Amino acid sequence: MNTALLIIFGVIVISSIVGITAGRNLKMNLENWTVGGRRFGIILIWLLMAGEIYTTFTFLGASGWAYSKGAPAFYILIYGALAYTLSFFILPKLWKVGKKHGLHTQPDFFIHRYNSRGLGILVALIGVFSIVPYLQLQLQGLGFIVKVASNGTIRSETAIFISFVLTCAFVYTSGLRGAAWVSVIKDVLMIAAVFVVGFGVPLIYFGSYSRMFEVLIQKMPQHLVFPGAAPHMDVWWVMSTILLTSLGFYMWPHVFGSAFSAKSDQVIKRNAIIMPFYQIPILLIFMVGFTAVLVIPGLENGDLAFLSLVNQTYPSWFMGFVGAAGAVTAMVPAAILVLFASTLLSKNVYKAGFDPHAGDEKVMRLSRVMVIVIMTLSLLFALFLTEDLVNLLILGYDGVCQFFPGVVLGLFWKKVTKSGVLAGLLSGVALVIVLILSGNDPVLGLNAGFVGLILNMMVTVSLSLLKKETPERKTSRT
Amino acid sequence: MKKGTKYALILGAIPFITLVFALPLVNRIKPVILGLPFLLFWILSWVLLTPLILFAAYTLERRINKSEKGDED
Repeated sequence: MNTALLIIFGVIVISSIVGITAGRNLKMNLENWTVGGRRFGIILIWLLMAGEIYTTFTFLGASGWAYSKGAPAFYILIYGALAYTLSFFILPKLWKVGKKHGLHTQPDFFIHRYNSRGLGILVALIGVFSIVPYLQLQLQGLGFIVKVASNGTIRSETAIFISFVLTCAFVYTSGLRGAAWVSVIKDVLMIAAVFVVGFGVPLIYFGSYSRMFEVLIQKMPQHLVFPGAAPHMDVWWVMSTILLTSLGFYMWPHVFGSAFSAKSDQVIKRNAIIMPFYQIPILLIFMVGFTAVLVIPGLENGDLAFLSLVNQTYPSWFMGFVGAAGAVTAMVPAAILVLFASTLLSKNVYKAGFDPHAGDEKVMRLSRVMVIVIMTLSLLFALFLTEDLVNLLILGYDGVCQFFPGVVLGLFWKKVTKSGVLAGLLSGVALVIVLILSGNDPVLGLNAGFVGLILNMMVTVSLSLLKKETPERKTSRT
Repeated sequence: MKKGTKYALILGAIPFITLVFALPLVNRIKPVILGLPFLLFWILSWVLLTPLILFAAYTLERRINKSEKGDED
C-alpha cells in the first residue's frame, strides 16, 4: 500500500468515526436525526450549505468536462449564480408560507397549497428517484479517486463498496449531525486542495494563466467556445441546460427545505446576495481541466483528469491529501442526500399515504432501513450502469426541475389548480423519460429535461385556466 | 406589485439576459481580455457582477417600498 492510499483511508476512517460519534451524546429521536434538533448555529448551517454545494461533481465532474468537452462545462459556472438570483425573489415568499403553516418539506408544501395528499406522495417519490443518480455520482467519484490514487491496484468497485458501508454507518447512527461534523473536515480539505491545485498546476506547466490560454487557443481554439469538443452541445443546448439547472437548483428536496430553516426572509435575501461568490472555485477547477487537456491529452475518462494530473505533478503524499479531500467530498453529500431521501420515503410516502397514525419511533426505524435500501440501489447503479458524472447530475435535474411550475405558480398565481399541477408534473416527467430512453436527449438541440419542463408548464397553465376547481377551502394567501 | 419590487425584478433579469440569452452573441475567443478568452471573460464578469446587482436590488426595493408608505406585509 502506498502513502497516498494510507492517507486516503486514514482520513476516511477518521471522518467516519467523527460522524458516528457526533450523535453519541444525543438521544436519537426523529427530530434530532433529520433536522439536527433545529438548533444548528450559523456556522454549522453554513458548513452544511457548502457540504451540499461542493460535491464530487464540482471536483471531478467540472474538471472532467473542461477536459473532455471544453466550453459546454461553463454552464456549471453560470447556473449557480442564476439559481441564487432566482432564490432572491422566490424563497422569501416560500419562507413566509412555510412559517405561517408550519411546513418542513417539499411534499408538505404541495399538500398544503393544493390540498392533496396524493400530490404530496407523488412529489416525494419523484424527489427520491431524482436523488438516486446524484448519489450514484458521489459513489462513482469515490471509486475513481481510490483507483487513481492506488495506481489501479485497488479496483474502484472495492473502494465504492467500502465507502458505501462507512457512509451508511454514520448516517444510520448520527443522522444530519454526523454529516455536519464530517462536513467540517471535508470543507477544509477540499478548499485547500482546490486552491493549491487550481493555482499551482497552470503555473507549474505554463508559468501563468494567460500563457496557458495562449497555448490552448493556439492548439485547440474550438475547445474554448461552444460546442467545444461535444458537437451535440451547441449554444442552444448550453442555454437550455443553464435554464433547467438554475430553475431546478432550489427544487432539490434537500435544498428546498433550507428555505424553511432560515431565521427570516431578510436573511434569505442577504444569503442570496453573497452566494454567487461560492462559484469562484469552479473557475480554478476549470483551469485544472484545461491544463490537463494540454499536458495529458487522450485520457479515456475525462472525469479522471483532475486526479491524473495531480498524480503526475505532485508527490504521493499530496495525491493522498487530494484523494482524501475528494473522498470525504463524496461521502458528506451522499450522507445528506440519502438522509433526505429516506425521510421523504418514510414520512411523506409511508406515513402520509399508508399509516397516518405511525409514531415517530416507527417512522425513524423505517427511515433507517430506507437509508440502506436507497444506498444499495445507488451502489448497484454505480457498479453496473456507469455514466459520465455530469450526465448523472443533469439526469437528477431533469426530474426535480419538474417541480418548478407547481412551486412558483403555487406561490405567485392564485388560479393554479391541483389537476393542472398534477397533469403538468406527470406529462413533464413522462416526456423526459421517453426522450431519454429513446436516445433523444438532446432533442432539437435542446436539453430533454428542459423540453419536459416547457410541456409541464404549458399543461399546468392551460388546465388551470380551463377548469375552475370548486374551492373546497380558501387557499391561504399571505 | 409594489414599485420597489418591480425595479428589483428588472435588475434581477439582468443576469438572465447576459448569462443565458446573450450567449449566442458572445460565443467567441477574441478579444482575449486579462488572459481569458472572450467567452469565459464575459461569463466570469457577469457571475461576479451578480452579487452587486442583487445588492442593488435589495437596497432599492427596501428604500422605495419604505418611502411609498405601503403597508408592510
